[in-house]
Amino acid sequence: MKTIRHTVLTLWALVFTVPLLWAFMSSVKTDAEIFDSPWQPPSTPHFENWSRAWEQASIGRYLGNTVIVVGGSLMLTMLLGALVAYCLARYEFPGNRAIYYTLVAGMLFPVFLALVPLFFVVKQLGMLGTYQGLILVYTAYALPFTVFFLHGFFRALPGAVAEAAFIDGASHAGVFWRVMLPMARPGMVSVGIFNFLGLWNQYLLPKVLNPDPDDYVITQGLAALAQSRGYGSDWSGLFAGLVIAILPVLIAYVFFQRQIRAGLTAGAVR
Amino acid sequence: MRHGKFRFLAGALTLPLALYGLLVLWPYLQAFYLAFTDWTGVTSEVNLIGIDNFTRMWSDPLFLAALRHNGLMLLVVPLAVIVVALGLAAGTRNTRVYRVVYFFPQLLSVAIIAVLWQFVYTPNSGLLNGLLSGLHLDSWRRSWLAEPDLALWCVMAVLVWSAIGFYVVLFAAAMESVPADIMEAAAIDGAGELTVFRRITLPLIWDSVQVAWIYLGILALDGFALVQIMTVGPGGPDNGTEVMGLTLYRSAFTYGKFGYASAMGVAIFFLSLTLAVLMLRFTRRERVELA
Repeated sequence: MKTIRHTVLTLWALVFTVPLLWAFMSSVKTDAEIFDSPWQPPSTPHFENWSRAWEQASIGRYLGNTVIVVGGSLMLTMLLGALVAYCLARYEFPGNRAIYYTLVAGMLFPVFLALVPLFFVVKQLGMLGTYQGLILVYTAYALPFTVFFLHGFFRALPGAVAEAAFIDGASHAGVFWRVMLPMARPGMVSVGIFNFLGLWNQYLLPKVLNPDPDDYVITQGLAALAQSRGYGSDWSGLFAGLVIAILPVLIAYVFFQRQIRAGLTAGAVR
Repeated sequence: MRHGKFRFLAGALTLPLALYGLLVLWPYLQAFYLAFTDWTGVTSEVNLIGIDNFTRMWSDPLFLAALRHNGLMLLVVPLAVIVVALGLAAGTRNTRVYRVVYFFPQLLSVAIIAVLWQFVYTPNSGLLNGLLSGLHLDSWRRSWLAEPDLALWCVMAVLVWSAIGFYVVLFAAAMESVPADIMEAAAIDGAGELTVFRRITLPLIWDSVQVAWIYLGILALDGFALVQIMTVGPGGPDNGTEVMGLTLYRSAFTYGKFGYASAMGVAIFFLSLTLAVLMLRFTRRERVELA
């Protein structure tokens, strides 16, 4: 019984790992080797495929664009999300509930519904295909979940510490920055990981809002390369690009796998 | 003490709420209006045309094909993912290392997954046909994504592959909160492993299954990136893999039918909403309280 179970589990593990290992192996083969025998390992590893993908196939540039856009929107999302969640969780004021539910409703709507008008709003702002445009849109769409998640966190924090800080003469902003935000750190980390992955993996929004190939983010660039491969047919370079795109997430996962799994599943159940 | 509360609130809330209002709320609201217009985006001319867009949708073979395909995905994908994930979660009870492996695809962008699997399915140099040849099953080799009857199933397989890991971890976490003594008591009373699972474990983790069903239903209504990247032409061979998101995208950004595309957006919205409500209704059970 036990061996059967392990056999099944191992077979399933292979179903998940083999395609990834195969992509890695293909990324260091020559085009001829890829074409002749998909299963054979390369005679000698050709790591120059990677540098070719990085430079000639623009993977390096796409990665750079992605880092700027994701970095910018991640910082903005965390800052604004924490501020909003904190205000809504710990202050009584008219309209508090209304704002909260309006924000949270944003999680329920399919992005497809907003796609057409969003395109024109961004266009009218003159921010189509710009870093700022993507950063602001990513942030706006990541806010609902961030506020929803952190709201619970700020609510659960003890009020006595903030009370003491107020008596010591701290301002509202001071209490937020120096007392409450540091206490909410575990929640910030979970949401931060969640947002990083979500923003890094965006495809639909840049596909619509980021039309210039020079500005492509990595997911867009890779998809475009794969679709035009009939003309260039640089298979090994394309595999190399694929592996380069997978590596950052894989490395992050190896180091933070426990937090990542806990953070993502906690987000689903709440 | 505590003066300047409203100034702090105003300072903290203005920017994020303005951003949210302008880029999220306003587009959503506008979509409902545009759905009833014939807007083409070229001119500023926008005419209200009532429900014409919606009646047109019902006689648009492309949209109907997309609807059918999303419907099939809705039937197949959530069930497949939940059944397999439940089995794997139960199986990995004492061996967590498997969950680490299964979970990884969840982190990959759907665009990257699409490119990867396009290679797997490639006829001559792909992994799948290579595997079949290796097993001396050459007659099973196919042009997976080029055959109209096969392509959609290939896309669904990728969807299942990429989603399972997340639900294994989700269900496994839920199963760990089931007290061991209940299961031991049942085992002592002579219940088999399957009975324990069906009568004890499953009812106790039903909340998680319900959540999974809704998430997967919404996933099955999408499919845009996989189809757009993996299959040739618009919506695959003979529109064999057309999905609603793709029809919407093409109507808007290729043909400039922005009013029509918005109507599709509204349709997708109501479908997701109906789906969520139905799922909650039909999967409702008596809550089991753990004393």
